[in-house]
Amino acid sequence: MADNVTPRVRVPRDATAGEVITIKTLISHPMESGQRKDGDGNPIPRSIINRFTCDFNGQNVIDVTLEPAISTNPYFEFQATVPESGAFTFTWYDDDGSVYEDTKEIAVS
Amino acid sequence: MMKTALKGAVYGLIALAASTAVADESAELVINGETEIVTRADAPAHLDGALSEVTSGWLYRSDETQAMQMDDFDNPGMLAVEDAMVAWGTAEGTENKSCADCHGAAEEGMAGVRATYPKWNDNAEEVRTLAMQINACRTENMGAEEWKYDGGDMLAMEGLISYAGRGDTINVAIDGPAQAMWEQGRDMYYTRTGQLELSCANCHEQNYGNMIRADHLSQGQINGFPTYRLKNAKLNGVHSRFKGCVRDTRAETYAVGSEDFIALELYVASRGNGLSVEGPSVRN
Ligand code: HEC
Ligand code: HEC
Repeated sequence: MADNVTPRVRVPRDATAGEVITIKTLISHPMESGQRKDGDGNPIPRSIINRFTCDFNGQNVIDVTLEPAISTNPYFEFQATVPESGAFTFTWYDDDGSVYEDTKEIAVS
Repeated sequence: MMKTALKGAVYGLIALAASTAVADESAELVINGETEIVTRADAPAHLDGALSEVTSGWLYRSDETQAMQMDDFDNPGMLAVEDAMVAWGTAEGTENKSCADCHGAAEEGMAGVRATYPKWNDNAEEVRTLAMQINACRTENMGAEEWKYDGGDMLAMEGLISYAGRGDTINVAIDGPAQAMWEQGRDMYYTRTGQLELSCANCHEQNYGNMIRADHLSQGQINGFPTYRLKNAKLNGVHSRFKGCVRDTRAETYAVGSEDFIALELYVASRGNGLSVEGPSVRN
Protein backbone atom coordinates (compact mmCIF):
# COMPACT_ATOMS: atom_id res chain seq x y z
CA MET A 1 0.00 0.00 0.00
CA ALA A 2 1.34 3.39 -0.93
CA ASP A 3 0.50 6.11 1.61
CA ASN A 4 -0.31 9.68 0.97
CA VAL A 5 -1.27 9.33 -2.68
CA THR A 6 -2.78 12.59 -3.93
CA PRO A 7 -3.68 13.39 -7.53
CA ARG A 8 -3.32 16.93 -8.84
CA VAL A 9 -4.55 18.32 -12.13
CA ARG A 10 -4.35 21.64 -13.90
CA VAL A 11 -6.81 22.38 -16.72
CA PRO A 12 -7.64 25.91 -17.98
CA ARG A 13 -11.06 27.07 -16.73
CA ASP A 14 -12.19 28.20 -20.20
CA ALA A 15 -11.20 27.93 -23.84
CA THR A 16 -12.55 28.75 -27.30
CA ALA A 17 -14.04 25.95 -29.43
CA GLY A 18 -11.34 23.90 -31.15
CA GLU A 19 -8.55 25.45 -29.09
CA VAL A 20 -5.58 23.25 -28.18
CA ILE A 21 -5.11 23.40 -24.42
CA THR A 22 -2.31 22.10 -22.20
CA ILE A 23 -3.16 19.78 -19.34
CA LYS A 24 -0.78 18.97 -16.48
CA THR A 25 -1.24 16.11 -14.05
CA LEU A 26 0.81 14.78 -11.18
CA ILE A 27 0.18 12.10 -8.61
CA SER A 28 2.31 11.75 -5.48
CA HIS A 29 3.38 8.11 -5.41
CA PRO A 30 6.66 6.34 -4.49
CA MET A 31 6.66 4.15 -7.66
CA GLU A 32 8.59 1.38 -5.92
CA SER A 33 10.16 -0.53 -8.82
CA GLY A 34 10.40 -3.98 -7.23
CA GLN A 35 14.13 -4.02 -8.04
CA ARG A 36 15.37 -2.59 -4.74
CA LYS A 37 16.30 -4.34 -1.51
CA ASP A 38 15.75 -3.16 2.06
CA GLY A 39 18.45 -2.93 4.75
CA ASP A 40 18.21 -6.67 5.44
CA GLY A 41 18.63 -7.62 1.79
CA ASN A 42 14.99 -8.56 1.20
CA PRO A 43 13.41 -7.37 -2.03
CA ILE A 44 10.97 -4.46 -1.62
CA PRO A 45 7.79 -5.48 -3.48
CA ARG A 46 6.80 -3.56 -6.56
CA SER A 47 4.15 -0.88 -5.95
CA ILE A 48 3.47 1.47 -8.84
CA ILE A 49 0.74 3.32 -10.67
CA ASN A 50 0.42 1.07 -13.74
CA ARG A 51 -2.12 2.96 -15.85
CA PHE A 52 -3.29 6.53 -16.33
CA THR A 53 -6.23 7.64 -18.44
CA CYS A 54 -7.91 10.89 -19.35
CA ASP A 55 -11.38 11.15 -20.86
CA PHE A 56 -13.39 14.11 -22.08
CA ASN A 57 -17.19 13.81 -21.98
CA GLY A 58 -16.85 10.03 -22.13
CA GLN A 59 -14.36 10.00 -25.00
CA ASN A 60 -10.83 8.79 -24.35
CA VAL A 61 -8.07 11.41 -24.71
CA ILE A 62 -5.07 9.36 -23.61
CA ASP A 63 -4.48 5.94 -22.08
CA VAL A 64 -0.99 5.34 -20.74
CA THR A 65 0.68 2.17 -19.47
CA LEU A 66 3.30 2.92 -16.84
CA GLU A 67 6.29 0.68 -16.22
CA PRO A 68 8.43 0.25 -13.08
CA ALA A 69 11.27 2.45 -14.42
CA ILE A 70 9.11 5.56 -14.14
CA SER A 71 10.20 7.85 -11.28
CA THR A 72 8.47 8.86 -8.10
CA ASN A 73 5.48 11.20 -8.47
CA PRO A 74 4.63 10.56 -12.13
CA TYR A 75 3.91 13.75 -14.05
CA PHE A 76 2.11 13.93 -17.39
CA GLU A 77 1.72 16.99 -19.54
CA PHE A 78 -0.26 16.71 -22.77
CA GLN A 79 -2.49 18.68 -25.10
CA ALA A 80 -6.12 18.24 -26.02
CA THR A 81 -8.49 19.92 -28.44
CA VAL A 82 -11.77 20.88 -26.80
CA PRO A 83 -14.82 20.98 -29.10
CA GLU A 84 -17.41 21.86 -26.44
CA SER A 85 -17.95 22.56 -22.76
CA GLY A 86 -17.65 19.56 -20.51
CA ALA A 87 -15.52 17.68 -18.04
CA PHE A 88 -12.18 15.94 -18.12
CA THR A 89 -11.93 12.84 -15.94
CA PHE A 90 -8.52 11.61 -14.87
CA THR A 91 -7.95 8.11 -13.50
CA TRP A 92 -4.87 6.50 -12.02
CA TYR A 93 -4.70 2.74 -11.36
CA ASP A 94 -2.49 1.48 -8.52
CA ASP A 95 -0.89 -2.00 -8.32
CA ASP A 96 -2.66 -2.43 -4.98
CA GLY A 97 -6.06 -2.14 -6.65
CA SER A 98 -6.75 1.45 -5.56
CA VAL A 99 -8.16 3.79 -8.20
CA TYR A 100 -7.67 7.54 -7.87
CA GLU A 101 -9.89 9.97 -9.74
CA ASP A 102 -10.15 13.67 -10.39
CA THR A 103 -12.49 15.74 -12.58
CA LYS A 104 -12.12 19.22 -14.05
CA GLU A 105 -14.79 21.25 -15.83
CA ILE A 106 -14.00 23.48 -18.77
CA ALA A 107 -16.27 26.11 -20.33
CA VAL A 108 -15.96 26.49 -24.10
CA SER A 109 -17.24 29.59 -25.86
CA MET B 1 44.63 -3.42 -9.33
CA MET B 2 42.92 -1.52 -6.49
CA LYS B 3 45.46 1.25 -6.76
CA THR B 4 44.86 1.82 -10.47
CA ALA B 5 41.11 1.97 -10.02
CA LEU B 6 41.43 4.58 -7.29
CA LYS B 7 43.79 6.71 -9.34
CA GLY B 8 41.44 6.67 -12.29
CA ALA B 9 38.62 7.92 -10.13
CA VAL B 10 40.74 10.71 -8.69
CA TYR B 11 41.80 11.96 -12.10
CA GLY B 12 38.21 11.81 -13.26
CA LEU B 13 36.97 13.93 -10.40
CA ILE B 14 39.44 16.78 -10.73
CA ALA B 15 39.21 17.10 -14.50
CA LEU B 16 37.83 20.60 -14.81
CA ALA B 17 36.93 21.55 -18.36
CA ALA B 18 35.73 24.72 -20.00
CA SER B 19 32.03 25.42 -19.81
CA THR B 20 29.80 24.04 -22.55
CA ALA B 21 26.37 25.41 -23.31
CA VAL B 22 24.32 23.33 -20.88
CA ALA B 23 22.53 26.08 -19.04
CA ASP B 24 21.19 29.48 -19.74
CA GLU B 25 23.08 31.59 -17.23
CA SER B 26 21.24 34.71 -18.35
CA ALA B 27 17.74 33.33 -17.70
CA GLU B 28 15.37 35.21 -15.39
CA LEU B 29 13.52 33.39 -12.64
CA VAL B 30 9.88 34.33 -12.13
CA ILE B 31 7.81 31.78 -10.23
CA ASN B 32 4.17 31.21 -11.23
CA GLY B 33 4.48 34.21 -13.52
CA GLU B 34 4.41 36.53 -10.48
CA THR B 35 7.16 36.13 -7.86
CA GLU B 36 10.40 37.67 -9.11
CA ILE B 37 13.50 36.01 -7.75
CA VAL B 38 16.87 37.79 -7.61
CA THR B 39 19.37 35.28 -9.02
CA ARG B 40 22.26 37.75 -9.41
CA ALA B 41 23.22 40.39 -6.89
CA ASP B 42 26.22 42.51 -5.95
CA ALA B 43 28.35 40.49 -3.57
CA PRO B 44 28.08 41.47 0.11
CA ALA B 45 30.94 43.60 1.47
CA HIS B 46 32.57 40.71 3.35
CA LEU B 47 33.33 39.07 -0.02
CA ASP B 48 35.39 42.05 -1.26
CA GLY B 49 38.29 40.76 -3.31
CA ALA B 50 36.77 37.27 -3.59
CA LEU B 51 33.59 37.74 -5.65
CA SER B 52 31.97 40.76 -7.25
CA GLU B 53 28.65 39.08 -7.92
CA VAL B 54 26.74 36.34 -6.15
CA THR B 55 24.56 34.01 -8.20
CA SER B 56 21.89 31.45 -7.48
CA GLY B 57 22.51 27.78 -8.29
CA TRP B 58 19.35 27.89 -10.41
CA LEU B 59 21.26 29.71 -13.17
CA TYR B 60 23.59 26.75 -13.71
CA ARG B 61 20.95 24.08 -14.16
CA SER B 62 19.64 22.81 -17.50
CA ASP B 63 16.67 24.49 -19.21
CA GLU B 64 14.35 21.65 -18.16
CA THR B 65 15.41 21.77 -14.52
CA GLN B 66 15.13 25.56 -14.50
CA ALA B 67 11.59 25.29 -15.89
CA MET B 68 10.48 22.94 -13.11
CA GLN B 69 11.12 25.65 -10.55
CA MET B 70 9.21 28.31 -12.47
CA ASP B 71 5.79 26.82 -11.79
CA ASP B 72 4.76 25.39 -8.43
CA PHE B 73 2.71 22.75 -10.21
CA ASP B 74 5.85 21.41 -11.85
CA ASN B 75 7.99 21.69 -8.70
CA PRO B 76 7.92 18.34 -6.86
CA GLY B 77 9.27 20.07 -3.74
CA MET B 78 5.82 21.59 -3.36
CA LEU B 79 4.40 18.14 -2.54
CA ALA B 80 6.42 18.21 0.67
CA VAL B 81 5.25 21.77 1.34
CA GLU B 82 1.65 20.54 1.11
CA ASP B 83 2.45 17.81 3.65
CA ALA B 84 4.00 20.42 5.95
CA MET B 85 0.85 22.55 5.72
CA VAL B 86 -1.04 19.64 7.25
CA ALA B 87 1.63 19.18 9.95
CA TRP B 88 1.50 22.94 10.64
CA GLY B 89 -2.13 22.65 11.72
CA THR B 90 -1.83 19.36 13.63
CA ALA B 91 -1.72 19.50 17.44
CA GLU B 92 1.01 17.35 18.99
CA GLY B 93 2.87 16.70 22.21
CA THR B 94 2.01 17.05 25.89
CA GLU B 95 0.80 20.64 25.31
CA ASN B 96 -1.52 19.48 22.54
CA LYS B 97 -0.61 22.50 20.44
CA SER B 98 0.02 23.00 16.74
CA CYS B 99 2.39 25.46 15.10
CA ALA B 100 -0.69 27.34 13.91
CA ASP B 101 -1.96 27.82 17.50
CA CYS B 102 0.98 30.10 18.25
CA HIS B 103 2.09 31.37 14.83
CA GLY B 104 -1.21 31.68 12.91
CA ALA B 105 -1.24 30.94 9.19
CA ALA B 106 2.21 29.84 7.99
CA GLU B 107 2.19 32.27 5.05
CA GLU B 108 1.87 35.22 7.45
CA GLY B 109 3.43 33.91 10.64
CA MET B 110 6.59 32.75 8.87
CA ALA B 111 6.95 35.63 6.39
CA GLY B 112 10.46 37.06 6.51
CA VAL B 113 11.82 34.28 8.73
CA ARG B 114 13.83 32.11 6.32
CA ALA B 115 15.92 35.04 5.01
CA THR B 116 17.64 35.64 8.36
CA TYR B 117 18.67 32.07 9.23
CA PRO B 118 20.95 30.83 10.72
CA LYS B 119 20.76 33.48 13.43
CA TRP B 120 21.78 34.14 17.00
CA ASN B 121 19.20 33.33 19.66
CA ASP B 122 19.62 35.47 22.78
CA ASN B 123 17.82 33.21 25.25
CA ALA B 124 19.57 30.04 24.17
CA GLU B 125 22.85 31.91 23.61
CA GLU B 126 23.58 29.99 20.44
CA VAL B 127 23.44 30.31 16.68
CA ARG B 128 20.36 28.47 15.51
CA THR B 129 19.60 27.00 12.14
CA LEU B 130 15.97 26.86 11.09
CA ALA B 131 15.95 23.15 11.93
CA MET B 132 17.22 23.83 15.46
CA GLN B 133 14.56 26.50 15.99
CA ILE B 134 11.80 24.18 14.75
CA ASN B 135 12.98 21.46 17.12
CA ALA B 136 13.21 23.96 19.98
CA CYS B 137 9.55 24.83 19.37
CA ARG B 138 8.64 21.17 19.24
CA THR B 139 10.38 20.20 22.47
CA GLU B 140 9.97 23.40 24.55
CA ASN B 141 6.67 24.81 23.28
CA MET B 142 4.77 21.67 22.31
CA GLY B 143 6.27 18.93 24.46
CA ALA B 144 6.66 16.91 21.26
CA GLU B 145 9.47 14.71 19.97
CA GLU B 146 12.30 16.25 18.01
CA TRP B 147 12.27 15.72 14.28
CA LYS B 148 15.36 14.12 12.75
CA TYR B 149 17.79 16.71 11.45
CA ASP B 150 17.45 16.73 7.63
CA GLY B 151 14.73 14.05 7.94
CA GLY B 152 11.60 14.18 5.78
CA ASP B 153 9.30 15.96 8.29
CA MET B 154 11.92 18.56 9.10
CA LEU B 155 12.78 19.33 5.48
CA ALA B 156 9.11 19.58 4.55
CA MET B 157 8.60 22.15 7.34
CA GLU B 158 11.71 24.06 6.24
CA GLY B 159 10.23 23.93 2.73
CA LEU B 160 7.01 25.50 3.98
CA ILE B 161 8.86 28.23 5.89
CA SER B 162 10.98 28.94 2.78
CA TYR B 163 7.84 29.06 0.66
CA ALA B 164 6.31 31.55 3.12
CA GLY B 165 9.39 33.76 2.74
CA ARG B 166 9.98 33.19 -0.96
CA GLY B 167 11.36 36.24 -2.72
CA ASP B 168 12.62 37.85 0.51
CA THR B 169 16.20 39.10 0.36
CA ILE B 170 18.69 36.92 2.24
CA ASN B 171 20.00 38.98 5.13
CA VAL B 172 22.04 36.88 7.54
CA ALA B 173 23.77 38.80 10.36
CA ILE B 174 27.48 38.07 10.70
CA ASP B 175 28.47 40.49 13.45
CA GLY B 176 27.80 40.65 17.19
CA PRO B 177 27.53 37.36 19.03
CA ALA B 178 27.39 35.35 15.77
CA GLN B 179 30.79 36.58 14.61
CA ALA B 180 32.99 33.94 16.22
CA MET B 181 31.03 31.11 14.65
CA TRP B 182 30.93 32.92 11.33
CA GLU B 183 34.74 33.16 11.35
CA GLN B 184 34.98 29.46 12.13
CA GLY B 185 32.76 28.78 9.10
CA ARG B 186 34.85 31.04 6.89
CA ASP B 187 38.04 29.22 7.88
CA MET B 188 36.39 25.91 7.03
CA TYR B 189 35.30 27.23 3.64
CA TYR B 190 38.86 28.06 2.63
CA THR B 191 40.57 24.99 4.14
CA ARG B 192 41.56 22.22 1.75
CA THR B 193 40.38 18.81 2.89
CA GLY B 194 40.62 15.16 1.89
CA GLN B 195 42.84 13.17 -0.39
CA LEU B 196 42.01 15.57 -3.19
CA GLU B 197 43.01 18.55 -1.04
CA LEU B 198 40.19 20.75 -2.23
CA SER B 199 38.41 23.52 -0.34
CA CYS B 200 34.86 24.70 -0.97
CA ALA B 201 36.41 27.80 -2.51
CA ASN B 202 38.46 25.78 -5.02
CA CYS B 203 35.26 24.58 -6.62
CA HIS B 204 32.59 27.14 -5.77
CA GLU B 205 34.59 30.39 -5.80
CA GLN B 206 37.36 29.74 -8.33
CA ASN B 207 35.56 27.45 -10.77
CA TYR B 208 31.86 28.26 -10.81
CA GLY B 209 30.58 28.32 -14.37
CA ASN B 210 33.01 25.53 -15.33
CA MET B 211 32.14 21.89 -15.82
CA ILE B 212 33.35 19.29 -13.34
CA ARG B 213 32.77 16.06 -15.19
CA ALA B 214 29.11 16.23 -16.19
CA ASP B 215 28.15 18.81 -13.56
CA HIS B 216 27.96 22.55 -14.08
CA LEU B 217 29.56 24.15 -11.02
CA SER B 218 27.60 26.84 -9.23
CA GLN B 219 28.72 29.05 -6.36
CA GLY B 220 27.34 26.49 -3.91
CA GLN B 221 24.81 28.97 -2.48
CA ILE B 222 22.10 27.83 -0.06
CA ASN B 223 19.38 30.41 -0.74
CA GLY B 224 17.45 27.67 -2.57
CA PHE B 225 17.35 25.18 0.31
CA PRO B 226 15.72 22.87 0.95
CA THR B 227 16.24 21.65 -2.62
CA TYR B 228 14.33 18.94 -4.41
CA ARG B 229 16.97 16.88 -6.20
CA LEU B 230 16.09 14.85 -9.27
CA LYS B 231 18.91 12.52 -8.24
CA ASN B 232 17.09 11.19 -5.15
CA ALA B 233 13.56 12.50 -5.78
CA LYS B 234 13.14 14.23 -2.41
CA LEU B 235 13.93 17.39 -0.50
CA ASN B 236 17.56 17.69 0.59
CA GLY B 237 18.94 19.67 3.51
CA VAL B 238 21.93 22.00 3.64
CA HIS B 239 24.03 19.74 5.88
CA SER B 240 23.39 16.65 3.78
CA ARG B 241 24.53 18.60 0.73
CA PHE B 242 27.67 19.79 2.54
CA LYS B 243 28.33 16.20 3.56
CA GLY B 244 28.22 15.06 -0.06
CA CYS B 245 30.62 17.80 -1.11
CA VAL B 246 33.11 17.11 1.70
CA ARG B 247 32.95 13.40 0.90
CA ASP B 248 33.68 14.20 -2.75
CA THR B 249 37.05 15.62 -1.63
CA ARG B 250 37.63 12.18 -0.06
CA ALA B 251 37.72 13.55 3.44
CA GLU B 252 36.16 12.34 6.68
CA THR B 253 33.02 14.40 6.82
CA TYR B 254 31.25 16.17 9.70
CA ALA B 255 27.91 14.96 11.02
CA VAL B 256 24.60 16.44 9.90
CA GLY B 257 23.52 18.84 12.69
CA SER B 258 27.08 19.17 14.09
CA GLU B 259 28.48 22.46 15.33
CA ASP B 260 31.00 22.45 12.48
CA PHE B 261 28.27 22.29 9.87
CA ILE B 262 26.22 24.94 11.70
CA ALA B 263 29.24 27.28 11.50
CA LEU B 264 29.74 26.44 7.82
CA GLU B 265 26.03 26.97 7.14
CA LEU B 266 26.11 30.39 8.81
CA TYR B 267 29.07 31.41 6.68
CA VAL B 268 27.75 30.00 3.39
CA ALA B 269 24.31 31.55 4.03
CA SER B 270 25.98 34.96 4.45
CA ARG B 271 27.72 34.56 1.08
CA GLY B 272 24.22 34.67 -0.38
CA ASN B 273 23.21 37.97 1.25
CA GLY B 274 21.42 39.90 -1.49
CA LEU B 275 19.96 36.87 -3.30
CA SER B 276 16.33 35.81 -2.81
CA VAL B 277 14.91 33.00 -0.75
CA GLU B 278 13.86 30.56 -3.48
CA GLY B 279 13.21 27.31 -1.64
CA PRO B 280 12.01 24.76 -2.23
CA SER B 281 14.21 24.85 -5.32
CA VAL B 282 14.83 22.15 -7.95
CA ARG B 283 18.33 20.86 -8.70
CA ASN B 284 19.76 17.78 -10.39
C1 HEC C 1 3.29 27.34 22.37
C2 HEC C 1 3.59 28.24 21.28
C3 HEC C 1 4.44 27.76 20.11
C4 HEC C 1 4.24 26.64 19.32
C5 HEC C 1 3.20 25.57 19.47
C6 HEC C 1 5.22 26.72 18.28
N1 HEC C 1 6.01 27.83 18.43
FE1 HEC C 1 7.45 28.46 17.18
N2 HEC C 1 7.83 30.03 18.41
C7 HEC C 1 7.17 30.31 19.58
C8 HEC C 1 7.81 31.43 20.24
C9 HEC C 1 7.39 32.05 21.57
C10 HEC C 1 8.87 31.81 19.40
C11 HEC C 1 9.89 32.91 19.67
C12 HEC C 1 9.42 34.17 19.08
C13 HEC C 1 10.59 35.04 18.87
O1 HEC C 1 11.50 35.03 19.68
O2 HEC C 1 10.58 35.71 17.84
C14 HEC C 1 8.85 30.94 18.26
C15 HEC C 1 9.71 31.03 17.18
C16 HEC C 1 9.65 30.24 16.04
C17 HEC C 1 10.47 30.43 14.87
C18 HEC C 1 11.51 31.52 14.66
C19 HEC C 1 10.87 32.78 14.16
C20 HEC C 1 11.87 33.88 13.93
O3 HEC C 1 11.44 34.98 13.58
O4 HEC C 1 13.09 33.65 14.04
C21 HEC C 1 10.14 29.43 13.98
C22 HEC C 1 10.75 29.19 12.62
C23 HEC C 1 9.12 28.63 14.62
N3 HEC C 1 8.84 29.16 15.85
C24 HEC C 1 8.53 27.51 14.05
C25 HEC C 1 7.58 26.73 14.67
C26 HEC C 1 7.06 25.50 14.11
C27 HEC C 1 7.44 24.92 12.75
C28 HEC C 1 6.18 25.01 15.02
C29 HEC C 1 5.39 23.72 14.92
C30 HEC C 1 6.17 22.51 14.69
C31 HEC C 1 6.15 25.94 16.15
N4 HEC C 1 7.02 26.95 15.91
C32 HEC C 1 5.34 25.78 17.26
C33 HEC C 1 6.08 29.64 20.07
C34 HEC C 1 5.56 28.49 19.54
C1 HEC D 1 35.23 18.95 -6.08
C2 HEC D 1 34.47 20.16 -6.19
C3 HEC D 1 33.58 20.55 -5.03
C4 HEC D 1 34.00 20.90 -3.76
C5 HEC D 1 35.41 20.91 -3.19
C6 HEC D 1 32.80 21.30 -3.07
N1 HEC D 1 31.70 21.19 -3.88
FE1 HEC D 1 29.83 21.79 -3.47
N2 HEC D 1 29.17 21.12 -5.25
C7 HEC D 1 29.99 20.55 -6.22
C8 HEC D 1 29.18 20.18 -7.35
C9 HEC D 1 29.69 19.52 -8.63
C10 HEC D 1 27.86 20.54 -7.04
C11 HEC D 1 26.61 20.38 -7.92
C12 HEC D 1 26.57 21.50 -8.95
C13 HEC D 1 26.55 22.85 -8.32
O1 HEC D 1 25.50 23.34 -7.87
O2 HEC D 1 27.64 23.45 -8.18
C14 HEC D 1 27.90 21.15 -5.74
C15 HEC D 1 26.80 21.67 -5.08
C16 HEC D 1 26.84 22.34 -3.87
C17 HEC D 1 25.72 22.99 -3.25
C18 HEC D 1 24.30 23.05 -3.81
C19 HEC D 1 24.05 24.36 -4.53
C20 HEC D 1 22.64 24.55 -4.96
O3 HEC D 1 22.36 25.57 -5.61
O4 HEC D 1 21.78 23.71 -4.68
C21 HEC D 1 26.17 23.51 -2.08
C22 HEC D 1 25.36 24.28 -1.07
C23 HEC D 1 27.59 23.20 -1.97
N3 HEC D 1 27.95 22.49 -3.08
C24 HEC D 1 28.40 23.58 -0.92
C25 HEC D 1 29.73 23.20 -0.79
C26 HEC D 1 30.53 23.48 0.39
C27 HEC D 1 30.06 24.24 1.61
C28 HEC D 1 31.75 22.95 0.15
C29 HEC D 1 32.95 22.86 1.11
C30 HEC D 1 32.72 22.06 2.28
C31 HEC D 1 31.72 22.35 -1.17
N4 HEC D 1 30.47 22.51 -1.70
C32 HEC D 1 32.79 21.74 -1.78
C33 HEC D 1 31.35 20.39 -6.16
C34 HEC D 1 32.14 20.71 -5.08
